[in-house]
Amino acid sequence: MAQMRYREALNAGLREELTRDERVILIGEDIGVFGGAFKVTSGLLEEFGERRVRDTPISENTIVGVGVGAAMTGLRPVVELMTINFSLLAFDQIVNHAAHIHYMFGGQVNVPLVVRMPQGAGHQLGPTHSHCLEALFLHVPGLLVAVPATAADAKGLLKTAIRDENPVIFIEHESLYAVRGEVPDGDEHLVPFGLARTVREGSDVTIVGISRMALTAERAAQTLADDHGVHAEVIDPRTLRPLDLDTILASVRRTNRCVIVEEGWPHGGVGANLAALIGEQAFDDLDAPVQRVTGADVPMPYAKPLEDIAYPHEPQIVRAALSTLSRGAADATHHAAGNAGAA
Amino acid sequence: MPDLPEPDRAREWLATMMLIRRFEERAGEMYARARIGGFLHLSIGEEATIVGSARALRESDYLISTYRSHGHALVRGTPPENVMAELFGRVDGCSHGRGGSMHMFDLARRFMGGYGIVGGNLPIAAGIALASDYQGTEDITLCTFGDGASNQGTFGETLNLAALWRLPVVFMVTNNQFGMGTALRRHSAVTDLQRKGESLGVPGMRCDGMDVLETHAVVAEAVRRVREDRRPVLVEAVTYRFRGHSMADPEQYRTKEEVAHWRTRDPIPAFAAALIDQGVIDEAERERIDAETQARVDAAVEFAEASPFPAPESLYDDVYALADQARGLYSLETARERADRSQPPAGSGDAPPPGDSEIPEQLTHALAAGEDSHDHEQPEEAS
Repeated sequence: MAQMRYREALNAGLREELTRDERVILIGEDIGVFGGAFKVTSGLLEEFGERRVRDTPISENTIVGVGVGAAMTGLRPVVELMTINFSLLAFDQIVNHAAHIHYMFGGQVNVPLVVRMPQGAGHQLGPTHSHCLEALFLHVPGLLVAVPATAADAKGLLKTAIRDENPVIFIEHESLYAVRGEVPDGDEHLVPFGLARTVREGSDVTIVGISRMALTAERAAQTLADDHGVHAEVIDPRTLRPLDLDTILASVRRTNRCVIVEEGWPHGGVGANLAALIGEQAFDDLDAPVQRVTGADVPMPYAKPLEDIAYPHEPQIVRAALSTLSRGAADATHHAAGNAGAA
Repeated sequence: MPDLPEPDRAREWLATMMLIRRFEERAGEMYARARIGGFLHLSIGEEATIVGSARALRESDYLISTYRSHGHALVRGTPPENVMAELFGRVDGCSHGRGGSMHMFDLARRFMGGYGIVGGNLPIAAGIALASDYQGTEDITLCTFGDGASNQGTFGETLNLAALWRLPVVFMVTNNQFGMGTALRRHSAVTDLQRKGESLGVPGMRCDGMDVLETHAVVAEAVRRVREDRRPVLVEAVTYRFRGHSMADPEQYRTKEEVAHWRTRDPIPAFAAALIDQGVIDEAERERIDAETQARVDAAVEFAEASPFPAPESLYDDVYALADQARGLYSLETARERADRSQPPAGSGDAPPPGDSEIPEQLTHALAAGEDSHDHEQPEEAS
């Protein structure tokens, strides 16, 4: 085990796969000479050269499309988009092309493409640089979606993504890049897709945390134990497609209660989808309605006091968990801003 | 006029142009008889552009096209049977009935697809060319698109990137005078389309797309330059589609006189006349080629009619490429869907027996399902 930051773990994963497989190339804006907007690709240009680490013009749709074409004809491109908001410029290539080509051409060709991008609020970047849009990609059949929350998962999932035959939307989090964690040694630290991580075991309530919210949920679980004597089980799905629904359902069948925490918007969100699945498959096991804690249903504001209340923190999660135990307010979606009922 | 190619090649070019024409005519008939669904975009009138450009390629070169791509599949050698079967939505279609008219594909012949999104194929062409270059091959990619696509963001983005990275792509704008129903002068401030790449570092060339010899000569020169210099070139082929944008096109945006004028330049009689004039073929041989072509298209229709529809239980096949160790929930298949598929739909008596054995377990987590309805009305043209 080695201690490293999330961004260093990603960097190591890229370095190892570039070394292991000549077909792997990196494509993106300012990933080379500049070293990456968030320094994830730092040093890779110097090590692997311009042929394999390719700075691009600011042309998101086209650089993803270049990745699609190269993936169809034998390469394994890893495309970096500077933030998830910019991926909306590339939505045509991601959805109409990357996701559909394998199916619409009858399985004749694979698109082993990874599109990396960070998401998340907390740096006062306002409404065009701060959102959490994993639900948009989860919606699309043909895509795989990874949302690593720890350094170990960042590296292990990225290496798996690069080796997978499908297009993978790999969603990092801006607030996690500097967070340190233990990362297993060795080139073969691979985290399989479709396998949730049980962050903490507990018997009273299941809390599912998406992306950074897995960490926030873990802290909330500690507060629940310390202050309320409530033992929460915290699950980080790690990938949203494929989804390890079995692990989540097994936990809910033991705890009979569930809270889903995400940073994205409430309408049509990851939690809405997961709550529906739990309702359809484990209704008889539930002792309380599934609770959601989500980002506020607003574009992300710039002003610090507003930004702070526009995404979830521990108190909302604690409150939601307690409500499933009939302690405190019940039966509402716990928006970050406390604007329950708006949805 | 450039010199004729040697006689066998000249005959093959004529035969292929005639095959595309007869195929498209028959496809139009089959559409009118509701054997074909969705949209049907015919390339009647554009055969010289298709054959002249594609015959400038080596077999190892790539061709990538648009939603008007039946002719591009045929010119690459995809059997007409499989192209027609795709139009009929059958399992033997070249995209196994998943793509339809707008999404033909034949990897083995390096026909890298028809694409339904205007301008969507340009970045993909650059990526294919990047892979060719990276792998150290001499292969080039011919990327065709319409005059309408020259206004898309991907046109500017991709030409810039291809020039910057010195990617071996021949971009060919098939200028058939209309972006759907909007005339060139009404959709593009610069109507001299070959010049639209200049500011992006991509030099332009132009050919008469109604003349297969000139198209071939110009595209062959473009291919030579791209292959040797590893720099993209933009070729404008000036042509005309004799039929509407799709079968649903009432053609209120152009006059009958204009269409009649362009029909006097029909590339197929013109090339046949040149071959007869030069003594390569005689009238009897032209008629024989036409009869053979008609017979091939008849056989394609027969084949397509006989090919089964994809089995209901194949619905979820090939959403993902799944390895043995795949785990977790990839696609949601509802309990109602599964129940429906256990009953063969009406009129599919020759479909293989139903069964779930070929559906990977990880795809088939059953759910309690809600109501499910399908609307099979014929669509209005919307794009």
